[in-house]
Parts: sequence; structure tokens; C-alpha cells
Amino acid sequence: MAELFERLADYFRFPFVRYALIVGVLIALCASLLGVTLVLKRFSFIGDGLSHVAFGAMAVAAVTGLTNQMVIVMPVTILCAVLLLKTGRNARVRGDASIAMLSVGALALGYLLMNLFPVSSNISADVCSTLFGSQSILTLTSWEVWLCLGLSISVVLIFLVLYNRIFAVTFDESFASATGIRVGVYNLIIAVTTAVVIVLAMNLVGSLLISALVIFPALSAMRVFNNFKSVTICSAAISVSCAVLGILVSVLWETPTGPTIVAADIVCFGAFFIIGKIRRGNT
Amino acid sequence: MAQLTCRDLCIGYENTPVVTGLTFDVEAGDYLAIVGENGAGKTTLMKTILGLVRPVSGEIRFSDGLKKTEIGYLPQQTMVQKDFPASVLEVVLSGFLASKGARPFYNRAERELARVNLERMGLDGFEKKSYRDLSGGQQQRVLLARALCATRKLILLDEPASGLDPKVTVELYELIRDLNRDGITVLMISHDIEAALTYANKILHIGREIFFGTTQDYRKSDTGKRFAGIGEVDHG
Repeated sequence: MAELFERLADYFRFPFVRYALIVGVLIALCASLLGVTLVLKRFSFIGDGLSHVAFGAMAVAAVTGLTNQMVIVMPVTILCAVLLLKTGRNARVRGDASIAMLSVGALALGYLLMNLFPVSSNISADVCSTLFGSQSILTLTSWEVWLCLGLSISVVLIFLVLYNRIFAVTFDESFASATGIRVGVYNLIIAVTTAVVIVLAMNLVGSLLISALVIFPALSAMRVFNNFKSVTICSAAISVSCAVLGILVSVLWETPTGPTIVAADIVCFGAFFIIGKIRRGNT
Repeated sequence: MAQLTCRDLCIGYENTPVVTGLTFDVEAGDYLAIVGENGAGKTTLMKTILGLVRPVSGEIRFSDGLKKTEIGYLPQQTMVQKDFPASVLEVVLSGFLASKGARPFYNRAERELARVNLERMGLDGFEKKSYRDLSGGQQQRVLLARALCATRKLILLDEPASGLDPKVTVELYELIRDLNRDGITVLMISHDIEAALTYANKILHIGREIFFGTTQDYRKSDTGKRFAGIGEVDHG
């Protein structure tokens, strides 16, 4: 055990490991906060769709040889988030179909582009790391670290300030807009912050696994807690601890970071599922 | 004095009219029941009054010092709410959102008033309970308490008793009647024509025929007789 901590201390001498942990925790926090709303609004699939769009945009950015890929990925994903929200609203039946179309389309075209215009000799490794995150959290440039820090802190602040409005819009849109809350504006804010979180989370877990980061902590918390505040706090706590655990394990045993974090989230969900069952059985 | 006036109102979705030529006013203290066949546009009318749907043409005017943000609304329940993890207090407090403006959190006075409104609904001690664990009737009363937090003047109820058993339905109607007696204007959509005739003092019937007037006049009118099955029914 002592040896393990020594090795850990060794790793933490490197700034990039410390950055990875800080950024990872913040991203996990943002994802879980939004996750509660997205799951309750039945919007989980939007997160999934957007992450594939982000992959496509990333491929375009890689092919065009941009060093700063965020410049393309961020605006494209935000735009798609807004579009998806609009179509989901106007034509409820076609909403899920349009998301499916957009997401597989972006996935296919992204991979096609990366194959047609390879930027490195090992395409499958590139693709794999974009899809599953692998070690990319450990290779962030300092500019990316600052961007992640700035954006995720803003997401948390936005969430705190708008907490009660987000609750109202999530619980009952018609009541909220009837009493004069501009529901459209808040839905737009939710969509845009979701897009931001998804792009950030690509660094941590890769684009295929982002939904896990959004959905699992919220669902786990809902198994056990019965009010919105506790669910939100618990979801954030679960997500942050799983991220810390996942990053540490992946550093120590050299497992891919993203899947390790998600595995921790799954185990956590299992535990909360059982706790929830027992609790409900008793009452 | 009229709190709400509708003149020559035409309602519908995306410029396809559902009902045309609605003219009626609601005075302070009225209990207006909106009745009519399924699909006649009752909910659309309510949403139009609330500003959730644009009127196709015509005019809706609030007066008597009533602001648009001072309306309480009890919508039909959605699927999302059925298993929503929220405490009763959280739900009721959200009624204050519009009036609290830019302030991010609720203050003590609002918390206190939320408790008072819960008490009015016979739900004292329910603050910490989870909304999803309540019975259908209790959930409706929580939403009514929330509506009371949003208004002191006018509440709009969309089928408040749908899905409730007869005993709970009567209890809910009596609570609403008490609110009306306390001076709150009530606009209620109801399938339950019996309840509408019992509790409301005015009836708005929409559909193929349109009727607006007092409950007594409605009972005597052809529309009322046909729809409520009062007296001789002439199917012609």
C-alpha cells in the first residue's frame, strides 16, 4: 500500500498529471450537474447525439490541420445543440429520428474524412483516442487546461445562479412559461452548456463515452434520493469521486482513462440501485 | 370590474382556427367553468389566455391591476412529473419564480408563504415528502399550492380532477370552491359537467355551439340542455 502511494506521489510531481486530475474533476462535475436535468427532461439522447457531432467536427479540424481544434469543434457542437432543441420542439415525433441521423452521419463522415486525408500514420489509434479518450487527458496543452478550467467553472456558476429556474423549467415547462419564465431562453442555455460540457468531456472520456458521464451519476442519485437538491448534490459527488478514482487507477495501472472512469460509474450505479431497492423495501 | 376580457377571440394552432368568435369577460371573484366536447379547444383557450399560444385574431385584455405574471396555473400533469425526484417544498416554491425576479434563491418570507399555502391545501407537514411518492389527489393539491404562490387573484385549472377517484375529486372541488370564496377568481376546464354546474357561477361552452353566461341561463339554454342532458334531449 505504502509503495502505491509513493508511486502516486511520483506521478504527481508531473504537472500534466495534476492538470489531468483538476480538469477531470471539473468536467465530471459539470457533466453530472447537467445530467440531472437532461435525464429528467428525457434529453439524454441529445447528449449522445451531440458527442458524435463533436467527433465529426474534431475530424474536420484534424484534417484541416488546425492546431487549435476547439475553434471548430465548439461552435459546430453548440450550433447542433441549438438546432436539435428546435427540431425536438417543433416536431416531436421526428425529433429522435433527426438526432439519430445527425449523430451517425457525423460519425461516419468524420471517420471517412480521417481516412481520406490522414494526418498521421496511425489512423486507428487517432480514431480510437477520439472515441474512447484513452490518454488524451494527460496530453492537454496548457492552453486547453486553462480553457477547460474557465469553461467548466462558468458552467458550474451558471448552474448555481439559475438553479431554481432550471428546476422549474425541468419540472413543469407549461407552468413556468405561464407564470412568465422565458422557458425558451433557459432551454437554450441548457442546450449550449450541454454542448460545451460535451466538447470538454471529449478530452476526458472520448466522444463515445460522454453520455455515460452525463447519465450514470444522475441515475444513481435518483435511485436513492427523493428531492432535487439531494439528487443534484449526490450526483455531483458520485461523478467527482468516480472521476478521481478512475484517473488515479488509470495513472497507476496504465488503463485507458475514459473507460476506467465509466467503469467506476457503472459500479457506483449498481451499488446505488441495490441501496435504493433495500430502502424502498423497508418503507 | 372585469379582470379578463376576451373580444372576438379566434384561437388555434399555427393560424388554423379551432374556435372563432369568443367574447366573454371574467369579473373578480367569478368561478368560470369552461366546458365542451373533447378536442373543442378548451386547453388551447387556456393556453392562449396564458400567452403560451398566440391568438389567431382578436383581443385578450387583463385589467383591474392584474399582471400576466400574477396568474396561477394548474396544468395537466405530464409523464415527466410522475417520477420526478422533488420534495413538495421545492415544487411549491417554484410558484414564486416569476415574482422573485433576478434573485437566484428564495427568501424566508417565500418559504413561509409556501408553508401557509400547503396548509391551506391540507398538506401541513408534507414539505419534505417526495412529490413522486404522493397519491394523485395529493399531487394535485401540491400543484394547487404552487399556483397559489404565483397568484392572489386568478387561477386557471386544466382538468384538475382527471384521474382522481370520486371521493378525492369532491375534496379537491371543495378546496377550489373555498379558494373562490376567499376571493380568488377561478377559471376551470372540466369534463365533469355536473361539477361545473354545481360549483361555477358562469359557464363558457365551446365547440360547435358557443355559450357564455350564468350557470342558471346555461341550464335553460338549448346548448346546456343538450350537453348536460338536462330536461328533454332533442337529438333532431
